[in-house]
Amino acid sequence: MSSATATKPPLGFRIRSWLGDNALRFYAVIAFIYLLLPVAYTFAFSFNNAGRTNLVWNSFTLDNWLNPCGAPQVCPSVVNSITVALIVTLVSTFLGTLIAFSLVRYRFRGRSTTNLLIFLPMATPEVVLGSSLLALFLNLFVPLGFSTVVIAHIMFCISFVVVTVKARLASLDPRLEQAAMDLYASEREAFRRITLPLVAPGIAAAGLLAFSLSFDDFIITNFNSGQFTTFPKFVYVSATRGIPAQANVIASAMFFIALAIVLLAQLSSRRRKAA
Amino acid sequence: MSVAAAIGDTMKDASGQEPPKKAGRFVPYMLMAPGMLWLAIFFVVPIASLFLTSLQTPVPGGQVGEFEQTFNFANYVNTLTDDTYYVPLIRSFVYSGIATLLALAIGYPLAYAIAFKSGKNRNLLLVMVIAPFFVSFILRTIAWRQILADEGFVVGILRSIGLVSETGGLYPSAFAVIMGLTYNFLPFMTLPIYASLERVDPRLIEASGDLYAHPFTGFRKVTFPLSMPGVVAGTLLTFIPAAGDYVNAALLGRPSNTMIGNRIEYTFLSVNDYPTAAVLSFILMACILAMVLVYVRRVGTEDLV
Repeated sequence: MSSATATKPPLGFRIRSWLGDNALRFYAVIAFIYLLLPVAYTFAFSFNNAGRTNLVWNSFTLDNWLNPCGAPQVCPSVVNSITVALIVTLVSTFLGTLIAFSLVRYRFRGRSTTNLLIFLPMATPEVVLGSSLLALFLNLFVPLGFSTVVIAHIMFCISFVVVTVKARLASLDPRLEQAAMDLYASEREAFRRITLPLVAPGIAAAGLLAFSLSFDDFIITNFNSGQFTTFPKFVYVSATRGIPAQANVIASAMFFIALAIVLLAQLSSRRRKAA
Repeated sequence: MSVAAAIGDTMKDASGQEPPKKAGRFVPYMLMAPGMLWLAIFFVVPIASLFLTSLQTPVPGGQVGEFEQTFNFANYVNTLTDDTYYVPLIRSFVYSGIATLLALAIGYPLAYAIAFKSGKNRNLLLVMVIAPFFVSFILRTIAWRQILADEGFVVGILRSIGLVSETGGLYPSAFAVIMGLTYNFLPFMTLPIYASLERVDPRLIEASGDLYAHPFTGFRKVTFPLSMPGVVAGTLLTFIPAAGDYVNAALLGRPSNTMIGNRIEYTFLSVNDYPTAAVLSFILMACILAMVLVYVRRVGTEDLV
């Protein structure tokens, strides 16, 4: 760094701001390493030629990727998780979107109570949600399994769908719909051709969020699943005996699929903005 | 809207920024009835059911897991005075409190860097913040076991510079549990802070500089106060799930690091002592609600609740 001249800010200031800028970047890099190191580990150990436990690195192999269903229970639990997540996504996105519309578009009695009821499940720890549902099922002698897991997941996903769709709806310009109606579109037509396409990205984001919340949920599932096994539950239960490397294969594959979806969505929205 | 923005917005509010426009009579109720009914039956009723369960007593001469409905409030006193329960409860709040502070210390600068220093790469960096979510969180927690294992490179480095003794390790320990909690909830801290920093008008920061404020003073008096809603949302979204979590303590800790979530799970699912487990759940929820109320009132945002 050269010496300070009259036109430049004082040297001490410049050193400090250079440090400030680059210290921040350095810090961010470390934070990203912290965030992504376990992801890298999970990916790397999907190639491990593991014996019964996949905790220590042995040697490189492609066997796990070529035979992802090779370990017992891995694939059935993944199928269970995907089935649950698909049903949960459909139902909770539908129910949550309706609530979001009524909250943003209408003035009615009990609106703030509704908002509170939407907020509370998100502010309640999962153990409480899980154990309270289990208390209900036990008191009513409801058998635990697939359907209780679906019920529980829909319950905690609805709130997240509502807030996501609401945010999108609230940012819409209401005049667009009015303009459509000024141009003799019926209310229904304006909704179908103007509002819905504009809200669609919000609904899609809400659906993706619901899918990933449901697919990755462990705590609530563990309370309400009985003998039914989802992928996270399978991984947790087998953690004591040793997790098969195939679980890492599945998780890595899911990671790249999800990453591709998000990046494609971003690309297409950028293209739309550019057009 | 990207998923990142969706998650960021999730934290924002429950109160609605814009006044509703149409005045339909029954339409809104019909629209929201199915969803709200679902929440009523599977969220409100279960909480009531949990409260009833917490007052039950064992059936005299019955089997394990058989209880009858009584109103035995002594369950609360007995549980709260038993150190196998109140110690993990206190430990939960200590661990999750430390994890929240650490996540704030890591997440705030990260969000700041993404909001103000990232240029064109901003969206890519946001995707990197949420990318860990795409891998099952239990597998990520188990990955920390491998990273912090005695044979791992982290312990190797720390041993060679003497920060960890030759026989000492990092896993299992309270350190590993807190680090796991910090890790798992870091994106929940970062995204809301980013969302509120992104809305800060950069001209305000410039103006503070023009008025001869030192950059740090400008940050303290302008940027930070404007990002407060994000900080409040982020700390709540980290603290609440961390206080109830039991996966990190189970996978990264020793039995002496058990948190209240582990106790609830064990008492409910292994011991089948439903009333005690219900008491613990209820106390956890009450403590968290009380803390949230005090915190939100102290910090004074109206955006939440």
